[in-house]
Amino acid sequence: MNIPQNHIRNFCIIAHIDHGKSTLADRILEKTGLLTEREMQDQVLDNMELERERGITIKSQAVRTVYRAKNGEEYIFNLIDTPGHVDFNYEVSRSLAACDGAILVVDSAQGIEAQTLANVYLALEHDLEIFPVLNKIDLPSADPERVANEIEDVIGIEAMDAPRISAKAGIGIDDVLEEIVNRFPAPKGMETAPLKCLIFDSLYDPYKGVIVFLRVFDGSVKPGDRIHFMATGKTEEVVEVGYFGAGRFIACDELSSGMVGYITASIKELSQTRVGDTVTNADNPCKEALPGYKKVNPMVYCGVYPADTKRYPDLRDALEKLQLNDASLSFEPETSVALGFGFRCGFLGLLHLDIITERLEREYNLELVTTAPGVVYRVHKTDGEVIELTNPSNLPDSSEIDYMEEPVVSAQIMVSTEFLGSIISLCQERRGVQTGMEYMEETRVLLKYDLPLNEIIYDFFDALKSRSKGYASFDYEMKEYVRSELVKLDILINKEYVDALSFIVFRDSAYERGSKMCAKLKEEIPRHLFEIPIQTAVGGRIIARETVKAVRKDVLAKCYGGDVSRKKKLLEKQKEGKKKMREIGNVQIPQKAFLSVLKLDDE
Amino acid sequence: MNEISVYVHLPFCVKKCAYCDFLSGDYGDDVKRAYLDRILREIDHCSPVLSDRIIRSVYFGGGTPSLPDPSYISSIIRAVMDGHILKKDAEITIEMNPGTTDEKKVREYLKLGINRFSIGLQSMDENELKALGRIHDPDDFLYLYDLLRKNGASNINVDLMTGIPHQTPACAQRSLESVIALAPEHIAVYSLILEEGTPFYEKGAENLDLPDEDTEEEICEMTRLILAENGYGRYEISNYAKKGYECRHNLVYWDLLDYIGFGASAASRIGNRRYTNIRNVEAYTASEVPLFEEDLLLDESEWMSEFIIMGLRKTAGISLLDFSSRFGKELEEVYGDVIERYEGEGLLKKQEGRLFFTERGMDVSNIVLSGFV
Repeated sequence: MNIPQNHIRNFCIIAHIDHGKSTLADRILEKTGLLTEREMQDQVLDNMELERERGITIKSQAVRTVYRAKNGEEYIFNLIDTPGHVDFNYEVSRSLAACDGAILVVDSAQGIEAQTLANVYLALEHDLEIFPVLNKIDLPSADPERVANEIEDVIGIEAMDAPRISAKAGIGIDDVLEEIVNRFPAPKGMETAPLKCLIFDSLYDPYKGVIVFLRVFDGSVKPGDRIHFMATGKTEEVVEVGYFGAGRFIACDELSSGMVGYITASIKELSQTRVGDTVTNADNPCKEALPGYKKVNPMVYCGVYPADTKRYPDLRDALEKLQLNDASLSFEPETSVALGFGFRCGFLGLLHLDIITERLEREYNLELVTTAPGVVYRVHKTDGEVIELTNPSNLPDSSEIDYMEEPVVSAQIMVSTEFLGSIISLCQERRGVQTGMEYMEETRVLLKYDLPLNEIIYDFFDALKSRSKGYASFDYEMKEYVRSELVKLDILINKEYVDALSFIVFRDSAYERGSKMCAKLKEEIPRHLFEIPIQTAVGGRIIARETVKAVRKDVLAKCYGGDVSRKKKLLEKQKEGKKKMREIGNVQIPQKAFLSVLKLDDE
Repeated sequence: MNEISVYVHLPFCVKKCAYCDFLSGDYGDDVKRAYLDRILREIDHCSPVLSDRIIRSVYFGGGTPSLPDPSYISSIIRAVMDGHILKKDAEITIEMNPGTTDEKKVREYLKLGINRFSIGLQSMDENELKALGRIHDPDDFLYLYDLLRKNGASNINVDLMTGIPHQTPACAQRSLESVIALAPEHIAVYSLILEEGTPFYEKGAENLDLPDEDTEEEICEMTRLILAENGYGRYEISNYAKKGYECRHNLVYWDLLDYIGFGASAASRIGNRRYTNIRNVEAYTASEVPLFEEDLLLDESEWMSEFIIMGLRKTAGISLLDFSSRFGKELEEVYGDVIERYEGEGLLKKQEGRLFFTERGMDVSNIVLSGFV
């Protein structure tokens, strides 16, 4: 079953979060008849339970549908769904590289947002043909004319004739389908050239091993072929090839140039099939790999511990299983005096961290204690050695440190002028350096800042939202490491150093953060039978102190016949509460206290 | 023959107080009548249990048992005694609220054999009473107290409360001293607890102008001291009495002796069965069969922990011998580590075959007791 390339369209949908990307994808699938309405779950592409609940797309996926165009011809659509969040930028870029065109969805009430721009630039970098659609025209506040103008002014692509649609209400979807056929170019691969495929995703299946999602650029691949992964250097024999039905894999005889599909080859480890890698034929290799491969490194680290120390092996198993499907998750064992055995885990960003910890708790039924997330610091020691520091406790003694570096990102923030002042001061508070400021239209500004990553991983999103009443959007990419004055804040509770609470801060913020940390911990730690001093120290010198006063009274005034059951339940609750705490010295510390540093800026 | 105590719950009030989480409220006369019918049937239904045992005490609690006509109480007492044996010196208590009783009622009660009167006063300060949502003023209390004494009541308890909105130590001391001046046999002092579902709870501690923790502790210490000086011994967390006037009925709960409760929300424990009637006046009244909030058989470990949780409320604590003869094992075997820990922290004390709280231990008893559940 060989489909001529000129009847294939490989494309993706790009949008700012909540502008309606997944809904449009659903409508396209519906209209192309591959799914009956009965089969439609609300959002078929987002098939993990968690994705549906959070309303975001975590892993990129692809689906193939058949469309009969108005010209009477049938076309194969390969729709590649891309994650919409900054944490998964690299995955987005690989998904884009597998496409020839991109539908740009813009909310016709909200207009262009930071991620709209970031995604458009990314699509342009990959030479994708882009056409815009104006979504949510059924909203009372929709203003498609204004937004069309904005797209033309800001992005410089033609938008006056862009389909006006409502993906939710199913308005204008036919126009979109025709545009896909007419506007997007067909693949132009060479069928007879050596095999050249791009891996844009992969997942682990317990029966088939790793399933590699790829786009064939040149040549063809079929079961029995020996294939070679150019970046990892591994060679395997193909067991199965196929394409993507909605939510399932459909095997076929061969994947040829221009097609999007999957292969399996009894591969046991996901790390062998890295996103962005080029797959070729081992016996007839292509001359050079596709450009743009890079290994993704975790940007954010934190300690993950089982709340019940006995469940350490379960946590290890769960992490191993998750890693099978998420090569960007890294972990290695670590030990904390306060928390016992656990893992230092690396994530692409905070959202990634949230998703993983939530999946651990939900799918693996683990209760976790996580420590404050931190970035990777470079510590240059006086002896010339350079350490990549992921755990603050491992910071060498200051006498051994020559200097330290921290990661800096370049960020783009789109904000309405009304909130410009407060967003600029937010960026300044976070040690941002302004690198640009452009008026998109009279009322909206694109701010460009270089920001230290450790200033944005905690609560930057929240602060941005609250200070702009939700009218600011944000996107960033890693820029560089820069030298910085950093110190480690240590926390002592009842005179005992609690390793899991240490964190690294910019020297000038140490006093402020230290005081806030003490105050926060004072709220979190319940009163005990004795007084508990809470201290913050830098290099052994105490810089802030608070005291949790001793409990004076904790007694049930009344307990007669009718009260027994209820009072007993109260005591049981108290006991359960105690179980959920970590004992350090003789102080019970609630697990959420270990995340206190994240909440230092709460009002 | 085994002994048993009887509790009767009468949920009727002129108006529900803002802090009260007992089953109580303002019910119409027809509800009161139907409720009485239902209680009498319940007593009749439980007659086999009572016939087996000697009734050691009867307690009318509420609500406001002194609100309905005394004939109400008399028909219940008659039903309880009918065909059953009342211990010779049985303690029969009725709770009363100032502002709900006249001389006629008091005389009736005494005639019925009621020999202990428990007055819900809470405070002698008018503002505090208002804050609590009480219907009476200090004079109503003095009038009632005088009525009782004049007619020969010889065992009176007065309930006081600490931690009332706006309460100051000076104010609390005035309340206490004016009560002591009347020389009741028994004084109970409860600290105000914001219980879920009450208007106080809804309003939130921060909006109530409650005395802060230090002030309340000062009030409690002062209370203990003054009561001791005046010959009131503390025998339970919140209860003080002149020698020999400890409430025998309430001790039943803390000594884990059998009791049976009649009326909506009333609890019973007979042997290792503990059950609570449904906590709803209408449902209780309407049903012909007993409806329970809960009905459970305590297993040995629950039984043991209950023995300790209840027993340690008494200043005398629990007897190690009593424990081992009840459960066939030593207390130390079961709870050795908890006891050792809190003895070490000066909260528990073992002496002459008994385990009991120190004064500090009593103040923070929940922390210790949660180690026994």
